[in-house]
Amino acid sequence: MSTQLQDSLSIPTSTDISTDIDTELPDNISRRRFLITSIASGAGLTLGMYLSGCERNPDSTLDSKNDSTQEATKATPLPGAAEESALSDKPVLLFEPNAFIRIDSANKVTVIIKHLEMGQGTYTGLATLVAEELDAAWEQIRVESAPADASKYNNLFWGPRQGTGGSTAMANSFTQMRKAGATARYMLVAAAAKKWQVPVDQITVDSGMLEHAASGKSTTFADIAALAANEVVPEEVFLKDPEDYKLIGKPLQRMDSRDKVFAKAIFTQDVKLPGLLTAAVARPPRFGALVKSVDGSQAKTVKGVAAVVSFDGGVAVLADNYWSALQGINKLKIEWDESKAFMLSSSDILADYRKLAENPGAIARQDGDVEKALKGAKQTLSADFEFPYLAHATMEPLNCVVRINSQGCEIWNGDQSQTADQHAVAKLLGLQPMQVKINTLYAGGSFGRRGNPLSDYVLEAVKITKAYGKDNVPVKMIWSRENDMQAGYYRPMYFHRIRAGVDKKGKPVAWSQRIVGQSILSVFGEGMIKDGIDPTSVEGASNMPYAIPNLRVDLHSPKLPVPVQWWRSVGSTHTAFSVETMIDALAALTQQDPVQYRRSLLEKEPRHLAVLNLAAEKSGWGTVLPANRARGVALHKSFNTYVAHVAEVSLNDDNSYRVDKVVIAVDCGLPVNPDVIKAQMEGGMGFGLATVFSSEITFNKGVAEQSNFHDYVVLRMNQMPEVEVFIVPSTESPTGVGEPSTPVIAPAVANALSTLTGKRYFHLPIKHV
Amino acid sequence: MIQLRINNQTHSLDVDPQMPLLWVLRDVLGLTGTKFGCGLSLCGACTVHLDGKPIRSCATPVSTVQGKHIETIEVVNSASAKAIQQAWLKLEVVQCGFCQSGQQMSAIALLTENKNPDDFAINAAMSGNICRCNTYARIRSAIKEAAKSLS
Repeated sequence: MSTQLQDSLSIPTSTDISTDIDTELPDNISRRRFLITSIASGAGLTLGMYLSGCERNPDSTLDSKNDSTQEATKATPLPGAAEESALSDKPVLLFEPNAFIRIDSANKVTVIIKHLEMGQGTYTGLATLVAEELDAAWEQIRVESAPADASKYNNLFWGPRQGTGGSTAMANSFTQMRKAGATARYMLVAAAAKKWQVPVDQITVDSGMLEHAASGKSTTFADIAALAANEVVPEEVFLKDPEDYKLIGKPLQRMDSRDKVFAKAIFTQDVKLPGLLTAAVARPPRFGALVKSVDGSQAKTVKGVAAVVSFDGGVAVLADNYWSALQGINKLKIEWDESKAFMLSSSDILADYRKLAENPGAIARQDGDVEKALKGAKQTLSADFEFPYLAHATMEPLNCVVRINSQGCEIWNGDQSQTADQHAVAKLLGLQPMQVKINTLYAGGSFGRRGNPLSDYVLEAVKITKAYGKDNVPVKMIWSRENDMQAGYYRPMYFHRIRAGVDKKGKPVAWSQRIVGQSILSVFGEGMIKDGIDPTSVEGASNMPYAIPNLRVDLHSPKLPVPVQWWRSVGSTHTAFSVETMIDALAALTQQDPVQYRRSLLEKEPRHLAVLNLAAEKSGWGTVLPANRARGVALHKSFNTYVAHVAEVSLNDDNSYRVDKVVIAVDCGLPVNPDVIKAQMEGGMGFGLATVFSSEITFNKGVAEQSNFHDYVVLRMNQMPEVEVFIVPSTESPTGVGEPSTPVIAPAVANALSTLTGKRYFHLPIKHV
Repeated sequence: MIQLRINNQTHSLDVDPQMPLLWVLRDVLGLTGTKFGCGLSLCGACTVHLDGKPIRSCATPVSTVQGKHIETIEVVNSASAKAIQQAWLKLEVVQCGFCQSGQQMSAIALLTENKNPDDFAINAAMSGNICRCNTYARIRSAIKEAAKSLS
């Protein structure tokens, strides 16, 4: 386990990531010396590597007279290096009460975070939990990403698996991290009580200081930490009453803001290691295409190219820089065997889905007698919904650094599923899982993609490295945007057929919803599919909150060779749209206000009602808007979090439309950091909004028609609405906020458009009104 | 040999004249603050300053910028740059952070040229920078905040 004790954010924010520091040293003095040596030498090596390609200029600030240690310090400053005096004052680890907390001689508290920071704020949220119960000062908190070790860092909702997803980080960590902080506090206080010869209950802890008021004695954490390390770890600790929270509930500054603003944050793309080669990849043009032959002779003539390697899945060119590798790729002559490749077009798939929808599927929910109720309904409404494949299109194209040597395999990656990746890599290389070390870096976005159940891009990087075959030479695989966009693992295409009926009062009495789409979970094997139902295909529909007495949801799960995967909010990405636009359509059928209509169907759902009412109130629902402008509402619960959107949409003279403003209400239980929550509501909304305007992956004879941002069109600044977020006060345990806003915007916008145009919208994206 | 002036240092580099500035910065000079996002100047992650103006370095062959004054995110420190950075922190703009070097470079160039940009000016200057975390509302507010702090 790495114990780098950098001052600020400790997941590599400097180039010194090549050195692993042994924690088994016998005494503090040896460790301190070892720390100094290793940090200096590691940085020195890295500096040497990247300087090798260019000539020094006399004007350069890198003075060749200085030794490499000094050069390393100048050229690649460790974050916060300005705050630390000299290398000889490197902090010493003093107290490590559990897997999550370290306190050092510089009085810093390093919180070990088991979840991936992909922008959703988990480093900040989880560190806050520790800081609160520890009664630390927020300024003394640092974070470090946890090593891959499910025995200590598993997601408590996932059994023996470490990983991030399903908006579970805060929920599964809420008690665990608070307990970790409280445990450390208990031991610090116990040590101080012994030292000061005072009762434990007379010692207060506040903002990183322990005090005994009566005697005036006080101490920092650092000054009592060594003694605390001798204390017995308590079995039980008391946690604070929420009334006493000082940090939880406050909009504390994010742990990663400074590093990301000042460009100190290291992403996988930025990793530097001695001898590193970069690999560009030629990937199959169609799913199921295989390499028949490769002529790499021209590629090898490109300056900087070290090798052309074939692997199971394509061909890679390795070079000392990415661009040369890419030039090599462009000079490869590859013959692909497409005899077994996927050849369908989106229109073919849709036609098949329509056919399947003619017949009943596996039942996901069945209340009452839907067919009878439909026959007896006063009015009925039918609609067919079409949803395209969607790419995650993270800002950082997927990439991964791999180094294989006699000790095993080391990986640098914005890793979302450490245990799965560890096991997949171990299996491929014939290693034990714990011989696969994963350095989890920041992710330049994920939206679910990095948690690929087959460890696709990680394994690809390992395969390339193994095929290259040079022991201890690290390889950085960088996917181009085209590689990334066309690699698959999309949000599946879906087709819904809904038939609904209302009684003479306009109340829905029957709802039949048939869903057709590839099963995401079948990649794990049929064990995840119970009675033919993949829950991720029907969530949001099969558990809709509306009181409809005759309700049936059934499902067809056709198999296609297009790889599919969860995409921010998963099943809700399509079910929220069809359910919320259909409910609106039923309201309109009987001239009822959409908000009031929903209220009447949610009498047993107080948390749904609360967000609906809050959004309606704050958006001025029912008040007059300018001509050509209308409001639309949508409400959806996903991952145990309740979200309502009211979107204000304008219709332009040329029939284009814009979303002017979105008011969001959210109930996510106890709000740990209100500003992070707001940011996730805003950003999640924007992510979903792109799917209304433009985003789609379409296939033409097996080839994805989109390859970069000119044709996979995502949201830009000029399309972002004004947004206001309101958080429902709650003392329930916190639930996730990474995903729940995303599915709500599309139906809210569609419903507003319907008010403007009188038409209903059943296909996404809505390119024309 | 290609002569480049980057962050007030001159470099004489034996690189292909067609090599995009982005990769010279990242792979040859080790300046990894400027990011690769698309390679076709569609996303803005690679934005740097050329004589103070924002350019997409992924689509700029180094032969075309010899001798010109290039600045990257690592060194920006004009009044506009500091205002942007402080506003970014104050308003908690960042999420994953990957696009933010490019966003800031575009925003700094905007503020340098336009002391009080309105929404139209912000849209024009910033719509070339994609943010998949969609932190656009905060970027907009932060630009306005930075402008205010400079006035």
